[in-house]
Amino acid sequence: MSRLRTACILLAYFCLSASTGVAQSGGELRFCLRSEPKTLHPLQVADESSETIRYLTGGVLIRVNRLTQELVPELAASWKVQHGGRSISFKLREGVSFSDGTPFTAEDVAFTIRALMDPQLHSPTGDSFRSGKGTPRTVLSGSHKITIIFPAPVAGLDRLFDQVAILSSKSPRKEQAVAGPFFVAEHKPGAFLLLRRNTHYWKRDAAGRRLPYLDSIRLDIQSNRDIEMLRFRRGEIHLINSLDVEYFDRLAGESDSWVRDSGPSLDSEQMWFNQVLSAPLPAHKKAWFRSKEFRRAVSSAINREDISRVVFNGRARPATGPVSPANKFWFNQKLQPHGHNPQEALRRLVQQGFRFDGTVMRDREGHPVEFSVITNAGNKSRERMAAMIQQDLAQVGIRLNIVTLDFPSLIERITRTFDYEACLLGLVNVDLDPNAQMNVWLSSASNHQWNPNQKSPETAWEAEIDRLVQAQASASDPKKRKAYFDKVQEIVWEEAPFLYLVNKNALSAVSPAVANITPVVLRPQTYWNIEQIHLSAQRSASQP
Amino acid sequence: MKKLRKIAAWLLVTVFAMVLMADFLAPASYETQFRESPSASPSQGHPLGTDELGRDRLSRLLHGSRISLLLAPAAAFLTALVAGLVGGVAGYLGGRLERMAMGLTDLFLSLPWFFLLITVRATLPLNVSPLVSVLITFALLGLLGWAASARVVCAGARALRNADFILQARACGCPRARLLLRHVLPNLRPVLLAQFWISIPVFILGEANLGLLGLGVSEPLPSWGNLLRGLESFSTLGFNPSILAPLALLVVVVSCFQLILSREDLPS
Repeated sequence: MSRLRTACILLAYFCLSASTGVAQSGGELRFCLRSEPKTLHPLQVADESSETIRYLTGGVLIRVNRLTQELVPELAASWKVQHGGRSISFKLREGVSFSDGTPFTAEDVAFTIRALMDPQLHSPTGDSFRSGKGTPRTVLSGSHKITIIFPAPVAGLDRLFDQVAILSSKSPRKEQAVAGPFFVAEHKPGAFLLLRRNTHYWKRDAAGRRLPYLDSIRLDIQSNRDIEMLRFRRGEIHLINSLDVEYFDRLAGESDSWVRDSGPSLDSEQMWFNQVLSAPLPAHKKAWFRSKEFRRAVSSAINREDISRVVFNGRARPATGPVSPANKFWFNQKLQPHGHNPQEALRRLVQQGFRFDGTVMRDREGHPVEFSVITNAGNKSRERMAAMIQQDLAQVGIRLNIVTLDFPSLIERITRTFDYEACLLGLVNVDLDPNAQMNVWLSSASNHQWNPNQKSPETAWEAEIDRLVQAQASASDPKKRKAYFDKVQEIVWEEAPFLYLVNKNALSAVSPAVANITPVVLRPQTYWNIEQIHLSAQRSASQP
Repeated sequence: MKKLRKIAAWLLVTVFAMVLMADFLAPASYETQFRESPSASPSQGHPLGTDELGRDRLSRLLHGSRISLLLAPAAAFLTALVAGLVGGVAGYLGGRLERMAMGLTDLFLSLPWFFLLITVRATLPLNVSPLVSVLITFALLGLLGWAASARVVCAGARALRNADFILQARACGCPRARLLLRHVLPNLRPVLLAQFWISIPVFILGEANLGLLGLGVSEPLPSWGNLLRGLESFSTLGFNPSILAPLALLVVVVSCFQLILSREDLPS
């Protein structure tokens, strides 16, 4: 009888553990990298694939929670930014080890900061911390307290630590010893990377179980998106982190449960006119492109709603300005996208002395209004957007010629020869903080696309933007910084140096076999909470 | 066979007549975007449905066919002309001239045209109308595609150089120019014709590939090239098989061109 009871208890236990989610079941998550990671050194990351490895393996002091967009403590139990962003003090978590068992201390943070700012290493991550001449100092107060003092204030200092994976100063394995949830166990260049669970990882779930749940992650290197789709359909991979709308719709047509639309992303598509004074363009065209009324008229003639609906199948939103509504803190809520209003466009042009005879718009001197827009060849959505803008502008008598160029030729034209009239491109935004856009908004910057490298601002509104972005960069109070950047957004909206078209939605594909997954708009969209993700045993059996 | 050739000829005449009357036959303008019905299935208003921007596929097919059917043969003619001139003269005269001409041909064949075309496009003015862009595209194809044909023509001319009837004509005192024009070139006709017909589909597909590089016909003008780009997304065929229409028409036209060539016209 007692044997039967024991058997019943065991059976009940197994049934229960099989039905309660099996977060502890481990398993291997598989997805694709679009290219070979250029480096596995966490401080030298400059490409998306390397960034993925850093995110999955690196332990950071502070993390930006991709869902709430708030800062959360990781290896640092707490922190304090002082002296207007010139220094930051961390109280570190105790009892934490790297993947090889080496203990984590303040020495490791000091070592990482020294390596990060070492000019010999040329760390792209370190560039964000370079605020003035000189190198930062570190002051250790015990084994788990450290203060980092920078030569000059760094705007948004604490957020920058989201990108800094801490290295071990003592481990013989150097940067291969990691404090993140996984470590690189195998790397076959050109084929795959295998990441295994870091058994020394410090995080635990609510039940006290050590995270992460997954045993391993296999990252196959696959640049062909069609093959990636095919492998997803066959159940060979579990995630596609970022999908084009065409692929998204195709998958959605097969099963709604595979696809996730997280809403507008930080990325935008925009068009701008060449306002460079020395550009090899006729004087009358330069005058058009430098006129605010002309730019606003073109903006009013463009039907952004149609572009979102037709080109992106409704999976994009008309864009307002340099900050996407997805950026919860920095987006200026007062602004709305420029509306489609051909009458308004005509009114603005007529006010400037243009004449419309019903078919052709002519300027004051009788030149027909015609210009070309360049975009990169092979990008279907941009070619379609250009074709729609062409028809929109035809309604107000403006003739638009579309020229698709290979990317190097296009870059050559927009950055060196300035032999172009208008350009249609997208901006991939990975950072929430507007400091990342400093090289776009400063009139002296090389990425100030419509008129780069100005010795001094050529217009009053550009001078004002310069003043505001510098003011926000040197302020430490987030509210003040926001007020400054709100004003920048208002000027950009009014002057329209960029005609913002749409913010594309963040689209991803997730296998039903994966549990605890909540795709968001910030990178990495699908696996931002990698420690919490696990494979569901019941569902993996019925996976597509 | 004769019947088949007749059918092919009729088919070609019909296709040509249809594309020449595209303005009357097309249900809508090839550039009008019916934005309320993008990627629509075939219907009464749009017999082949609409493309991704809501443009009528049938209208675009008719207008695109007109461009491709008129300009691809023009480019092929240009190629055959240059190939006939270079290959024919070099092959017939032989010696140092032939070696020089074939050296030039080899040089042309060895050049990385793919990159050269990109460079050419990058240096062209941007503000050209779609019609000029299509003329530039096909002219480039015609001017750059002669080298392979010239080799074939040269081989044919070389064979003729030592033919009995040429020797006899030469022995009778026939002047060199007359020999070339009256005896050599007419006998090279099958080779040139074959090169001409072969070049047409090559140029149509070449224009399609150039479209991907930004060298093709620019929006909103349609061509078989940019219509065939719709086949890139092969999996969408299931939703609307009518996007196969340009491919079907291309196959029909090229097959008809091949069928109407008499057997004697084809090179042995």
